Amino acid sequence: MGHALKPIPDTSIFDLRLSRRGRRLNKMCEALCSPTEREAFKQNEEAFMERFSLSEHEKNLIRKRDFKGLIEAGMNIYAMLKVGSATGNSLYRMGAQMRGESYEEFLKTRNISGAV
Amino acid sequence: MGRIVGGIGLSHVPSVGPAYDRGKQQDPAWKPLFDAYVPVRSWLEKLKPDVAIVVYNDHVAEFPFDKYPTFALGAADEYAIADEGFGTRPLPAVQGDADFSDHLCEQLIQAEFDLTVCQEMGVEHGFLVPMNLCFPSTASGWPVRSVPLQVNVVQHPLPTARRCYKLGQAIRRAAENYSPDLKIVILGTGGMSHQLQGKRFGFMNEKFDQWFMDELEKNPEGLAEISHQKIMEEAGAEAVELIMWLTMRGALSKKARRVHRHYYAPMTTGMGLITFEDQ
Repeated sequence: MGHALKPIPDTSIFDLRLSRRGRRLNKMCEALCSPTEREAFKQNEEAFMERFSLSEHEKNLIRKRDFKGLIEAGMNIYAMLKVGSATGNSLYRMGAQMRGESYEEFLKTRNISGAV
Repeated sequence: MGRIVGGIGLSHVPSVGPAYDRGKQQDPAWKPLFDAYVPVRSWLEKLKPDVAIVVYNDHVAEFPFDKYPTFALGAADEYAIADEGFGTRPLPAVQGDADFSDHLCEQLIQAEFDLTVCQEMGVEHGFLVPMNLCFPSTASGWPVRSVPLQVNVVQHPLPTARRCYKLGQAIRRAAENYSPDLKIVILGTGGMSHQLQGKRFGFMNEKFDQWFMDELEKNPEGLAEISHQKIMEEAGAEAVELIMWLTMRGALSKKARRVHRHYYAPMTTGMGLITFEDQ
């Protein structure tokens, strides 16, 4: 019945294994759905990350705003939108970085780049 | 008796929410999308549904990954506007129909769909963007009552497209077994082609999207056999949300006829719209 998913190039498939790997990161992002927690994150990112027991590697990915690395570490894209919002990085800015392009370069690849 | 009088397949792109709230309906980049809903709203005003069943997915606002339901049905008189990490949109709380929800829960669980039943459930863009495009709210509330049906289309393993389609068929049988007269529309939301992560960020495939809408109209039984792998390869990983359109389609009868169809893909998501009228 069930068919294991086959890898797709340049694509992350968010399955249970990846979700488990990213559990601490995703749990931290889930907390950002509260305005109080968003404020706490903005006030002291280091303390916030410590509270969610992030590993040193995970903390570094957050410090560097390494969105490609965060996805590989198991952060879900919808969880990442929350940390993106809290750090002033829109989906399109994060996407440009994941593609290895500047924001301006990325916009040039779109059909109607005014629809932001 | 409950009657499903219409079905709508439509995308739930989050940026549509702020664009709507900031009054960008006439902005040239947004106008094609918003204009497509003008005739849909006129059609809905004539259909006069009492309830909208909205098949959508939560984006880690109400349902964290530690306990993640495959199918979750709202069974409440009211649903709060959820904060998904960017604050809440200025929209009134959503009015539910707890009696109809209870009936759906009983009938669907009898039909072996073992749903998670939610007495409290906040709703976010997956639900709100489609609802507000079809049934704009005012300060005093929404023009129809709602039943939210949340589907896991995010954390694999996901339910199959076929299972989503069968759930729609079971919803139709349950609606027809409901004693009070009730006119129902069902919204299948999400997609179309998009990928939001990895180097393939921004991938779209209009050809796939148009094919999907063709098949949804003319060959839904065949389309229900589609695999997650095929959708993700051809239309992007996040396009797998499209399986929720099959729940909508499964809830329609053989007599359903297509009324509207539109497609617009400005940025990173193929935004589709298709409506069916049923009896």
